[in-house]
Amino acid sequence: MAPRGNGTRLEWLSLPLLLLIWQVAAMVAASRFLPSPLVVAGEIADLVIRGHMLADFGQTLSRAVAGFVIAMLLGGVLGFLLGRINTLDRLFGPWVLVGLNLPAIVVAIICYIWLGLSEVALILAVVINKTPLVTTTIREGVRSFLPEYEEMAAAFRLPLLRRIRLIYLPQLMPFVMTAARTGLSLIWKIVLVFEVLGSDGGVGFRVSIFFQYFDMAGILAYTSVFVAMVMVFEHGVLRPVERRVVRWRRDQP
Amino acid sequence: MAQGPAVTVNLTGMRFSSATPLFGALDFSVAAGEVVALIGPSGIGKTTLLRMIGGVERGFEGAITVGGQPAHLAPPSGFVFQDARLLPWLDAAANLRAVRPDLTDAQISASLDRVGLPGQERAFPRQLSGGMQRRLGLARALAANPGLLLLDEPFVSLDPAMVRDLRAVFHAVFQQQNPTVVLVSHDPDDAAHLADRVILLAGRPATIINSFPLGPADPKRRLGAILAAQKEPGS
Repeated sequence: MAPRGNGTRLEWLSLPLLLLIWQVAAMVAASRFLPSPLVVAGEIADLVIRGHMLADFGQTLSRAVAGFVIAMLLGGVLGFLLGRINTLDRLFGPWVLVGLNLPAIVVAIICYIWLGLSEVALILAVVINKTPLVTTTIREGVRSFLPEYEEMAAAFRLPLLRRIRLIYLPQLMPFVMTAARTGLSLIWKIVLVFEVLGSDGGVGFRVSIFFQYFDMAGILAYTSVFVAMVMVFEHGVLRPVERRVVRWRRDQP
Repeated sequence: MAQGPAVTVNLTGMRFSSATPLFGALDFSVAAGEVVALIGPSGIGKTTLLRMIGGVERGFEGAITVGGQPAHLAPPSGFVFQDARLLPWLDAAANLRAVRPDLTDAQISASLDRVGLPGQERAFPRQLSGGMQRRLGLARALAANPGLLLLDEPFVSLDPAMVRDLRAVFHAVFQQQNPTVVLVSHDPDDAAHLADRVILLAGRPATIINSFPLGPADPKRRLGAILAAQKEPGS
């Protein structure tokens, strides 16, 4: 096993290596369909200054965040109820299964037909796609609650709010983090697809315009910034939150 | 000095899914400030009985009162579980505040000092040894209710040195706080060291086969008396 310090250095080398391979491939291909990283960097600067990049990313980000928050809250509550109440689980469990297997693109088309090409339709389509996944994950988390803690809470007569805060939520947090991570990776992708399908702005919409002109520099510029944004979110938000949530597991002798 | 509530148990039966009831007629009481040990073989229902006294288990026929109230309506007891059953995501101080949110920092420090865990306020359960976790479990029980302690096999799975230390801690707490204590154990030695009176349970359904005070003799003699009573239940 490589030492931790060495592993960290390798991680830092990973992205520059990818850029280097890209640069070499672009030089070898010498084609406008594979612009070099430097050309794409210039395109990014140009699109930020004179194009719609900031507005597009703002739109996509706001749609993704809205869909994510609503789906996490809705899926969290549904998952908790299905995990705790067997009757509800038997009655509505099959609905969750149906939701999990609905093709995302079909949901988006139906929402657009019923509600028109609107923000509400797009966000609703995201929520319908994402909620079953959150519900399933949280339901599994609730099912894995340890009865020993339930008994402890009953013995000490802990009120419901304190039980939720001190006993249920901490047991649920690893599942919430899993739901958030898998959900986000899904949402980033389907928001873009839905924007291609029916939107007047956003990253997906703009990439579809570039596609019509075979503008690879534009496509790669948007893609690069998009990937960078997702990685900043992963390292700047998700991982610190995760570290804080599982802090008690690491503090061992 | 705190003195706990009296406990009365008057059971006429309790069934789970099997046809045989878990308990036969059980009738006993624990006086305020008394330490009573319920001794019997594993699986006889001692823990269930303790859960009933603690108001956790309510599916039984008969009546159990704590301080004159039905057990499930009485204030929470100071329950010490077989496993320490601490919340691993909370540090020691937060584990105490989980059952008594109004505890001040000074009160928490004093609670931990009392059970031999000075300066461990910020320690997470996994940073503590098995014996230290049991001490923290006792501190939590005392925080919840210093007047009534329900101890479920508090020394099980500990090595002899830890058992000796922990018994000393319990003994000191009993001397200082004078709580009402119901101690459940399969090991007569626990009763010999800590109890004022022993109730022996046996059979299926479980019934009381003997009940007797232990007196002030040393633990070895007390243990001898318990073992003799187990051999000759009617004596």
